[in-house]
Formats: sequence, structure tokens, C-alpha cells
Amino acid sequence: MTRVLVCVKRVPDSSGEVVLTDDGQAVDGRYAGFTISDHENCAVELGIRLADATGGSVTVLTVGPAEAVDQLRAALALGAGAAVHVQADPARLGPDDVAHEIAAVVRDHRAAGAAYDLVLLGNDASDSGDFQVPVRLGYRLGLPIVTGASTAEVTGDRVIAEADGPEGRETYSVPLPAVVSVLEGGVEPRYPTMRGRMAARKIEVETRQPTREPVGPSRVRLLLPPPAPATAEVLGEGPEAAPAVVDLFERLGVGR
Amino acid sequence: MATVPSTARAVVIGAGIVGNSLVHHLARLGWRDIVQLDKGALPNPGGSTGHASNFIFPVDHSREITDLTLDSVRQYQELGVFTRSGGFEIARTEARMEELRRRMSSARAWGIESELVTPEQVRERVPFLETGDLLGAFWTPSVGVVDSLRAGTLMREAAQELGAVTVVPTVEVTGLDVHRGAIRGVRTTGGDIATDVVVVACGVWSPRIAAMAGAAIPLTPAVHQMISVGPIPQLAGTEGEISFPIIRDMDTFCYERQHGADMEVGSYAHRAILHDPDEIPSIEQARLSPTEMPFTPDDFDPQLEQALDLMPDALGADGAEMRYAINGLLSLTPDGAPVLGETPEVSGLWSAAAVWIKEGPGVGRALAEWMTHGHPEIDLHHSDVARFHPHQRTREHVRARTSEAFNKTYGIVHPGEQWASDRGKRLAPMHTDQVARGAVFFEVAGWERPQWYAANEALLGDYGDAVLPREHEWDSRWWSPIINAEHLAMRERAGIVDLSAFVIFDVVGPEACQAVQSIVVAQVDVADGRVVYTPVLDGRGGFRADLTVMRLGHDRFRVVTGGAHGMADRTWFARHVSGWAATVVDLTSSYTTIGLWGPRARDVLGELTTADISHEGFGFLTCRDISIGSLSVLASRISYVGELGWELYLPMEQGARLWSLLHEAGDGYGAVPVGIGVYGGTGRLEKGYRAFGAELDAERTIVEAGMQRPKVKSADFVGKDAYLKQRTEPPAAVLCTMAVDDHTSASGQRRFMLGGEPILTRDGGELTDGHGLHPYVTSAGSAPSLGRHLLMAYLPPDLAAVGTELAVSYMEERYPVTVISPDATPAFDPGNERLRS
Repeated sequence: MTRVLVCVKRVPDSSGEVVLTDDGQAVDGRYAGFTISDHENCAVELGIRLADATGGSVTVLTVGPAEAVDQLRAALALGAGAAVHVQADPARLGPDDVAHEIAAVVRDHRAAGAAYDLVLLGNDASDSGDFQVPVRLGYRLGLPIVTGASTAEVTGDRVIAEADGPEGRETYSVPLPAVVSVLEGGVEPRYPTMRGRMAARKIEVETRQPTREPVGPSRVRLLLPPPAPATAEVLGEGPEAAPAVVDLFERLGVGR
Repeated sequence: MATVPSTARAVVIGAGIVGNSLVHHLARLGWRDIVQLDKGALPNPGGSTGHASNFIFPVDHSREITDLTLDSVRQYQELGVFTRSGGFEIARTEARMEELRRRMSSARAWGIESELVTPEQVRERVPFLETGDLLGAFWTPSVGVVDSLRAGTLMREAAQELGAVTVVPTVEVTGLDVHRGAIRGVRTTGGDIATDVVVVACGVWSPRIAAMAGAAIPLTPAVHQMISVGPIPQLAGTEGEISFPIIRDMDTFCYERQHGADMEVGSYAHRAILHDPDEIPSIEQARLSPTEMPFTPDDFDPQLEQALDLMPDALGADGAEMRYAINGLLSLTPDGAPVLGETPEVSGLWSAAAVWIKEGPGVGRALAEWMTHGHPEIDLHHSDVARFHPHQRTREHVRARTSEAFNKTYGIVHPGEQWASDRGKRLAPMHTDQVARGAVFFEVAGWERPQWYAANEALLGDYGDAVLPREHEWDSRWWSPIINAEHLAMRERAGIVDLSAFVIFDVVGPEACQAVQSIVVAQVDVADGRVVYTPVLDGRGGFRADLTVMRLGHDRFRVVTGGAHGMADRTWFARHVSGWAATVVDLTSSYTTIGLWGPRARDVLGELTTADISHEGFGFLTCRDISIGSLSVLASRISYVGELGWELYLPMEQGARLWSLLHEAGDGYGAVPVGIGVYGGTGRLEKGYRAFGAELDAERTIVEAGMQRPKVKSADFVGKDAYLKQRTEPPAAVLCTMAVDDHTSASGQRRFMLGGEPILTRDGGELTDGHGLHPYVTSAGSAPSLGRHLLMAYLPPDLAAVGTELAVSYMEERYPVTVISPDATPAFDPGNERLRS
């Protein structure tokens, strides 16, 4: 009966060329659209599996603009059962502000008798890449934290999280309640079903306002790195090229 | 960085289905030294072809679109990329069933095998479809899917094998060079190309490219949402891409199309989501491709429920996920038709835009023929880029009309249906008075034209059942019996008609006579003050226009034509006078025109002028300036309604004054304002007058239309050789007028055909003319003076005889009809005594 809270952030889809807003404060999602980071997609997937395995529940939370409700609905469509939206202008928020607001939700829900056993986050957001919120959240809540986990399972009153470390696979076992930040790669996120999407439309999102004046991100501006040199290798032509293509696919792990 | 050749016979910009098909057909017709560019990589450069759902339903109410589709299917089949699946259009309402019956009319008229089937028959072929809410379906076995990217590649490669084309992907066009109104070159990121012919086949980017030359291609990128759901167990075990028929769920504006183990669900139900060509992301910026925009799920949510209700076991199956969802961009135009042909602004610059997958190869062939011979085999006048009036090229007009039309993609659109958006744009000078008279305005070319006047409602009491009232809502939608009452009042007394929507232009210059002579069929080297009605032909001897020409002086001819096709006509004249010492001057906005017709027309005009307007003093088919009070008016004795009377031309700003003078003088003679319902409908039908776009188009000849004169002028003109040859051969079809003998339907209600219906033998047998085509009604309408409902159709020549008994199929019921005129002889006043009185 694990109660999981998964925190997600609305970010521009980054699979195309990255375009910055004119003021250099954010990535422009005008062309590519908005989504959540790949790490968070895996966090949502892990949360749903944990909840399913234990007969528990998943609540999804975001701190962001009104439009971020799209990302909450997307997670609800996958199987999350509840959603919390702290409405705030992301341009005015720093990592400490986000951690503060998440902690406020966790405390309020605990006070209301709906405490979370496990808080999952992405390791870092794909647009800002601050790597700050999970650690600050664990500190604020006084909970143990595992960062960079690719899998997480609940056994009894502990969460077992695995991460790839410099020396090999690391396994952590920490008591619940706990905070775990997730790196992509350990699970394959699911797509929504039509029924899931329809069910998500009927769930009421808990909408909240920030509990304090934000400190801000202290960001001067974002800069784009120079374009990486692209090289193309011709593997061959016609049917003769097939073995080389298969070989490459195997090396890349395509079709695993 | 790719580089381009420095010169080319022609440059085709775009390597989607249209550009690829075009280079193939140009090469086939002998073109060499073609350069084809695309800013994307091949074979999928990122335009709309790359994400198309690639299915084809052949039946459309438009003959032009259907012909392009049927030709495209033939080409896809020859390329081996067509897979036949069959397709259903399903109905959930009785109104939709009626629309499907109307679909059957079009299917029969265009010779496409289709049938209406029961929900059970749908379920036999698609077992996972819930049929509880269905009333029936329209089944077309020849529906199928194509691989449009593969087709494009094959066609491009065929042109390359002929050595006809240099294909350069990944270069972007940065500019077009124009000199003295003609295209001269293309600037690209890979170098500059000198050329005299450029084709813009750039789909949603076309407006942006054409604008580089100062030309307009009025279209907007618009979103069509599509999701792909799978794997679906019912589909997973099937062979190949598709084995179940495609479903068009017409009442929810959605389709369901199998694609391997997935089901694609597409929607035309969401709000119109328009983009600007300049705002489409680059290939690098786009997540998938530039025309696969981020999915906006809220817009699609209502359709999920409907699709699930329709296919709960398939779309709701365990593990069936929405794995791909896009806001796909496609091109929409303000009138829904493609944008094809040489741009009126820049000679040598061609548009091949706003084309769907189902028309792509057909458009490629037709445009290649047009570029090579000057005319395509398929009549393309609805698609001609030259058709647009200036206001129709504006961004705001395009957005207003496409926003309105988007949800009509699967809608039930009445043939008389009027636009609601962007109205009130071109107002006649007498508009205020028309409003006061209760005018019901229809639009043509932006003009607000009274179709009938509510103020004439009192006439209904005078004429009783002679107005041929219509009981059925569909038959009487966008129609009023007042039209027929106005008609009878005009035939009895006189009618006053606002004709401000005419397109008027002068051909002037020392060689104006030779120039006009070279364009039109009729003899125009006539005395000053003569009025000539004449066809205009293309090089193949098909109709390009029909219009009137007034000779106003030795060096001045005034051409008057309809608003709907007037811009294309003006462009045609402008292009063809270019070799002569003559020029075309547009006077459309300078002159208004008022028609005054009826047996009392001379009495009415006589109250206002001292000019000699007797039959002897002002003969039929002559024109001259007369004074009406203090107004100087060009009066032309001609009639499209078969009555004594005049078209009165005068400066636009004086139109309101003349309008009120005519009404003041006319009141004493019982003259009434008469709308276009009479002028363009009942009046002309009774007289057997043909209309361009209905009876006359590029696939019809003067001989077939029964409009040949005893002699052909000695001067040369476009299409003369073809016309002379046509005169020596028996026609393959003959335009006839028929009257409906019995209107009673099975329900007992009397039904009235509106046009487009197939003509059959009395017992329902199919008819075929010498072209291999099936006769259909080109125009239908009341003939109040005859008390009959008339139909025009091109019939097989052996049936073109007075008294031939046939049938018309309307909403899948047969009604008996009889030929009353096998040629241009008017059914009303066959001796034309009224005109010449």
C-alpha cells in the first residue's frame, strides 16, 4: 500500500534543435511543444509500478504555470490517481523555491492524514539541469535520499533503489518514508491508453498557490553551446548494407 | 553544402508527392534540364506528404476533384503502391443517411461502384465495430491506401533515369528573381539558378515562397489531428498494412484506418487550428518533422470517447496505447479547392499547392500538360490560381474562410450553402435600398447580391401554386418561392436586377481588334456599338469562358463576364493580348450594371430618357450611350433571361441614383426588383442558356453544347483548329434540357432536384456517352413560366431528341423525365420573340 508522490516539471521537448527565449532565461518550446523530462517519465513509470505492486497509489505534482496541467493530465492518463498543481511562474522560481513548495504539499497532506511513503523526482530537469531540487527536498523534509536511481522497489518498510556508480552497480536500501531521484534507463515508460486518457479527464486537480515569495533562480542567462560537429558514415548501399546496419543496431541496443 | 546547376529549363521547388509527380510528368512530356529542389532530405523532406494518412476515398461531389483522384489512383496502381481495402462512410443520423444517398448520386454520376449497406453488412467486414448507433453506411470497394513517399521516389527516379532532372535536396530557396513581370531565377543556399519557369510545389510553405516573387498563393497551414493506437489484437494477426476497410465516422468527423497492428484515428472535429507559413519550425527545430506539430490533447479528447464507443474492443484492448499523436499540418484554401496554374502576378511562376495525397499524381500530370500544351486534359477551372479576387488573397480572408470550413470537411454541405464569415465586403451602390427591400444576400466573389427580396413576398398571393412550392426542407433550403414569383412578375411586367458583380475590363490599343479577335470565337470585327456574345476556347477547343464583348470604338472593346470566373478570364485576356499593341484595363470597380427586363421594360425606360429606344432605333445586340435624366448611361440591349430590355452601365457612384429612378418609373408598370435566383437560375434555364462552370467547361465543346454557328470566322483564334475539327465529327454527347414528369417520391412528398444527379433510363439502366461518361444534371431549377422543373444534362447523342423518356435518380429514388430540348432551342419562347420585340 505504498503511497507515492511523483514530482514533474513542464519543460520544452528537447529532441529537436534547442531554441532559447529572447531573454535567454528559458528554452523556447514554441516549435517542439512541452513535455516532462525523460528522467521524470521514468519516475512516473516507477511510481505506477510500485503502486501497482503494493496496491498503493500515485499522486503527481507540479510547480508551474497554468499550462502545466497538461503534464499532470498526461501522467494521470498513465495511471496516476491524483494530481496537485502549485501554480507559479517558473521564471521566478529557483530550486529552493520548488523544493520549498513540494515540501509544503508533503507536510500539508501528511497533516491531513494522507502521508506519502515515497517521493520520486527526476534527477534533473532537461531545460535547467540544476540537479538541486531532490537533495533540497530531502533536506527540508529530513528524509533519507537516494539520487540517480534507475530502479526502485519497496520491500516491507524499505525502498531498494539501484544506481549505476563509477565502480559498478550500487544498491541502496533506505527506510520509508524516503526521497528518490530517478535517472532514465531502468524502466521503459508506458504510453497512455485511450481509456486512461479519458479517465484522466475526470480527475479533479488540487490547485494551490505558492506558500512564500520566491527567492528566484539567480540565473544570469542560458547560453547555447556551439553545435557539435556532425559526422556521417555511409554503411553501404542496397541489400549488401544490411549486415552492417544490423551490427550497428546491436551495438546501439536498438530493438532490445 | 549541396550546390545547384546555374541554369535550368524549369525549377520545381518541393519534393513531396506533387513536386515528384510533376517532374515525372514533365520528363514524360519531353522536358529536360529540370532542377528539383527541397530544403529537406529525401525521401521524406518533412512536408505534409511525410505524415499523411495516405488513404483514398474516390467519391467527391466535385467532378474536378473526383477526376484528379481517379487519375491519381490509376497512377498509384501502376506504380504498385496502392492497396485496396474498401471503405465505409457510416451514418448515425437520418440527415447523414440522406447525405449518403446524395453521395450515391455522385458515385453514379462519376461511374464509381458504391452501394448503401446496412449496419449488419458493415459488421460483417469490420467485426470489432459497434453498430448499435448506426443507421447505415456508404460502401465503396475501391477505397484504398497508398505509399505516397514510395510513389514520389519512384516518379522522381523515373525522371532521373530519363536524364531530365537534377535533384538537389537540403538547399533552401532564399529568393526569386522577377524582371518585368516574368520569373528569371531562383536564389538558394546552394547557389543561384537562371530559369524562366518555376513551380512552387511547397505545400504549407507555398505562400512564403510565392511571396518572394510578389505572387500570392492563398492557403494556410492548418492542423489535422491524428493518433495511432496499438498494438490492437484484432489487427495484429493480419497480413500487410491493411486488411480491414477504412471507416469514416461522418457524424463525429473522424476516421479509423488500420495501419499494420495499429489503428489510426484522425479528426476533423476539433477547433480550426491555423498556423502561419513563417512560423513553421525548421527541420532542425522540429521534434518529428516541421509539419508534425506538437499534439494538443485537449482538442482531441472528445473524439477519444466517440472512437472508443465505436470500436471498444479494439481501441480499448489491453495494451493498446496511443504511441504516436500529432497535430499534422495540411494546406487549406478559402474555397477548399487546390491552387494550380500560372500565377496572374508573375508569368512563368506556377503554383502546385493545396493538394491532398488523393489528388497528387493527377495534379502532377494535369499541371505538366498545362505547362506543356497550355491546357490540361482534366478541367481545372475551380483550382485555377487566377480565380482569386484581391481580397480573397488576404491572410485574414484565408483564415476566416478556412476556420469556417474546417469542420465541414466531413460535414453535410448543401449545394446552395452560403459562407457566414467575412461577409459584407463588396457592396453594390444600391445596397442600402436592397436591405430596405428585404434582400436575402448570397455572395459571389465577395459581392453581396440579392438572391431574392422579402419585399416581393406579396407576389406569392398573386401566383399561388404557379411558384412551384417545395415541401421538402432540403429541396427548399437556400431557396424561396419568392424567386419564382419574381420570375413571373418579370415575364409579365418588368424586373430590375442588380448586376454589380460583373467583372468588366476593356481591351484597348491600336491592335485591340486583332487581339480580341485572336482570343474569342465570334466575329468581333464589327461596327462600333455592336454587342457580341462569344465562347472563349483553350487550344484543345474546350471552353475557357463565355462572355459578352461590346465594341465601343475602333480601338476599344469592353468585355463583361461573371464575377465567379471573371478574374481567371481577365488573366486569360491579359496573357493573350501580350503579343499585340493592346492592353487590358480592369473597370470592375468603376462601373455598376443594372438589368431592366420584361415586356414593360421599354415603357419604364421610356419614362426616363428621350433617346430612341424603339426596336428599330435600338436593335437587339447593340449598345450606345444614352441620357437617363442627368446620368450618362451605356445601355446594351442584351438579355440572359430572354426578355426585352437592357443592361445599363454607369459609374459605380451613380448606381444608387439610377436604381431609384428605375424603381420610381417602374412602379407604375408593376416592375419589381428581381434577384439572382431568377437571373442566374430560372430565367436562363427556361431559355436554355448555358452557364460557365455548370454546362460549359474545358472538357466540353461548342458542338456538344449545341452552340455552333453556321460559319466560323476567317480570322485565327485560340482553339480554332480544334473547333473546326469538332464541327466535322459527330458529337460524343449532346446538351439537352429535360423536364421532370412526376415529382412524387415514395413517401408521397414532392421532390425537386438541385443538380449533380445521374440521368438513367426509365427503368434505372446506366447511360454512357461517347466519352465513356455517364450523364448527370449540370443545372436544375424551376421554369415557372412553363410550370415545370427543368434539368440540363449532356446525353448520349442517340437520346438527344424531343420526347425521349428517361429518369433522374434523386436521393436513391427514380423520377421520370422527358427531353424537351435536344439543343440550344429555348423551352420558353423558342422563337425568341420577346428578345426581339
